[in-house]
Amino acid sequence: MNTALLIFATITLAGAAAAMTLRNLIHCALAGAVAFLGLAGLFLGLGAEFVAFGQVLVYVGAVAILIVIAVLLTRPARVAGESPRVEPWLPGVGIGVLVTGALVAMVKASLVARSPEAVSSPAAPVKAIGERLMTTYVLPLEVLGLLLTAALIGAVLLALRDPGEARRP
Amino acid sequence: MSTLQSFLIVSALLFGIGLTGVLTRRNAILVLLGIEFMLNAANLNFIAFWRFGPNPEALTGVMFALFAIAVAAAEAAVGLALVIAIYRHARTANLDAVEELKG
Amino acid sequence: MFELFDQLFVNLKHAVVGALPEGWRGLASPLISAAAILGVFASLFALTVLVERKGLGRIQNRPGPNRVGPAGLLQPLADFIKALTKEDIVPVSADKVLHFLAPVVMLAPVLLAYAVLPFGRNMVAVDFDAGLLFFFAAGACVELAVFMAGWSSHNKFSLLGAMRAIAQMISYELPLILATLGVVMLVGSLSLEDIVDSQAGHHWGWLARWWVFTPWGLAAFVIFLIAATAESNRAPFDLPEGEAELVAGHLVEYSGFKYAIFFIAEYLGLFAVSALAITLFLGGWHAPVAGLDWLPSWFWFGVKLAGFIVFFIWVRGTLPRVRVDHLMGFAWKFLLPLVLWNLVVAAVWWYSRGWAFAGAGILRWVGCAAMILIPYSLLGRALYTRHGLGPRTYRLVA
Repeated sequence: MNTALLIFATITLAGAAAAMTLRNLIHCALAGAVAFLGLAGLFLGLGAEFVAFGQVLVYVGAVAILIVIAVLLTRPARVAGESPRVEPWLPGVGIGVLVTGALVAMVKASLVARSPEAVSSPAAPVKAIGERLMTTYVLPLEVLGLLLTAALIGAVLLALRDPGEARRP
Repeated sequence: MSTLQSFLIVSALLFGIGLTGVLTRRNAILVLLGIEFMLNAANLNFIAFWRFGPNPEALTGVMFALFAIAVAAAEAAVGLALVIAIYRHARTANLDAVEELKG
Repeated sequence: MFELFDQLFVNLKHAVVGALPEGWRGLASPLISAAAILGVFASLFALTVLVERKGLGRIQNRPGPNRVGPAGLLQPLADFIKALTKEDIVPVSADKVLHFLAPVVMLAPVLLAYAVLPFGRNMVAVDFDAGLLFFFAAGACVELAVFMAGWSSHNKFSLLGAMRAIAQMISYELPLILATLGVVMLVGSLSLEDIVDSQAGHHWGWLARWWVFTPWGLAAFVIFLIAATAESNRAPFDLPEGEAELVAGHLVEYSGFKYAIFFIAEYLGLFAVSALAITLFLGGWHAPVAGLDWLPSWFWFGVKLAGFIVFFIWVRGTLPRVRVDHLMGFAWKFLLPLVLWNLVVAAVWWYSRGWAFAGAGILRWVGCAAMILIPYSLLGRALYTRHGLGPRTYRLVA
C-alpha cells in the first residue's frame, strides 16, 4: 500500500470513527461525507475510476445531503445533556470490537496472505463497463431501475403528510 | 503483508466502526449512516478482490460495487423517509423511545 | 508557424518540465498545469466582474465603475484590496470550524473540475476515461459546502437560503446531466477529449460538425444552458440569495475575504460549466467554419468562453428573477420530461444515420426537429393553461 492509499485509508477510518462518535448530528453527517470521499480515493487508487466518481456523485452528492436534511427535519427540541448512546452501550461496543477482531484475525490467517502480489494493474474502461451493463448484466440493470423507481415513489409516500393530519408547528 | 490483505483490514475496520455505531447510537439517522459504512466496507472488498483477483477482465467486482452503490442510494432514501415518518408519529428519532411494538 | 502558436503553451510547459532535475518532473507537471489554470481563470474572473458591472451599468443606463484607473479598469484591483483588508466577522453563535471550512470546501471542487476540461489541442490536465463523471462528481460536492455555509452561520436566513440553494441545485442537476447524455450516447465515451475529437470535420466542406447543429443537440444545448444557469445560481435563477426575501441566503454571515472566496467560486463554477457546454456541444477548441482553422485552438476556446460570459451578463441584465415554486415546477414538470424525450430523439437520429435516399438529410433533420418541437409546444401549453395562465385578455366594462 503506497502513501496516497494510506492517507485515503486514514481519512476514511477517521471520518467514519468521527461520524459514529461525535455528539452533533450535523457534524456526524459531514464526517460521514469525508469518509465517503476517502473511500472514493481508495477506489481511484485501486483503478476503479468509474466506481470512485459514482461513489462521490451518489454518496457525497445525494446520500450525505439526504442525511443532513433528515437531521434538520427531525431535530427534537434541544434536550440538554441527553446521551447520544443507547443506555447499556458497553455490550454494543464489545460486540463491535469482537466482530472486528475476528474479521482482522481471519484476514491475517487466510490464504490471501500467501497469495503472490498481483503484477498486472487492470483497468475498468468505461466502455467495457457499459457493454457489460447492456449484455451480461442487463436484467439486474432493469431490476435496479424498477427498484429505484419503487424507492422514489415509496419514499415520497412515506414522507408525505397525511391529508387528515393537522399542520403542527 | 500483501496489499490485498491491507485493503481487507481497512475494510474490516470500517465494517467494525459501522457495526459499533449501529449498536450504540440512539439516533435512527446515525444507525442508517452506520449501515452505509458497512455497505461501503463490502464495496471496498469487492473492488480490492477485483483488482488483485485472478480474473479482472470479467469486471465482476466493479459491477457488484456499482449495483451496491445504487441499491444503497435507494435504501438511504426509503430509510430516511421512514425515519421522518416515525419522527412525525413519535416526535423523536431516538430508537429507544420508539418501543410501542415491543412484545 | 501554425504549429508554433497552436502548441505554444504545451511546448512551454514541456520545456519548463524538461529543464527540471529528473526527480522533480513527476511533481512539477501537474503543479504547472494547476498554476496555469488558476492564473488564467482567476484573471478571467477579475475581468468578468469588471465587464459585468460595466455591462449591467450599460443595460441599466448608468456609467458603472469609472473612478479607479482609466475608465474604471483598475476596479477589480481595488475590490481585491478591499476584500483582503476588510474585517472578517464570525458570528458569536456560529459553528467556528464549519464556518471557516465552508468557503474552502466550496472552492476546492470547482477548481478540481477544471482538471478534465480540454482548453485546446493537447491542453487537458488529466484525461480521465470517465472525465464527464468526474466533472459532475466534483460539482456534487458544492452542495455540501453550501449547506455548511448556511447551517454553520446559525442564522435563519442563511439556513433558508442554503435549503433553497440545495433544492435548486439537486433539481437542476438532473436536466443538466441528462442533457449531456445524448452526446455521450452518440460518441460512446465519457472522456472529454474523445467528445471533442468526435466533433472534428465539416458538413458540406465548410460548417463544423458540432453537436449543436443537430436538432437534438440544439435542444440539449438550450436545456443544458438553462440548467447551468440555475446550477451556478445566476440570474434569473439567483433565488438562494434573493436580496428581497433572504438578504443574501447562505452568504449573510460572511464578510471580507471569505465572502470573496464564495464569489470567486461562483464565477469559476460558471466558467467551468460554460467550458463544459463548449466541449460537449460547440466543438471544444475546433473552429466554427473550415476557413478559420489557421487560428490556434486555444484562441477558439477563449472566444467561445467570452461569448458565454457576455451571454450570461446579458441574461442577468434582461430577465427578472423567477418565483421559487415556478423554479421547481419548471425543472421537474417541464425540463425533465423534455430532456428524457430528447434522448429518444437522439437515438432516432443515430439509427437514421444510414438513410441514403434523396432528401434523406433534410427529412432526418426536419423529422427530429418536429419530434422535439411538438412535445415542447404541447407540454408548454398544457402547463400554461393548468396554472390559469395564458394570453391576457382585457374586457372593457362599461
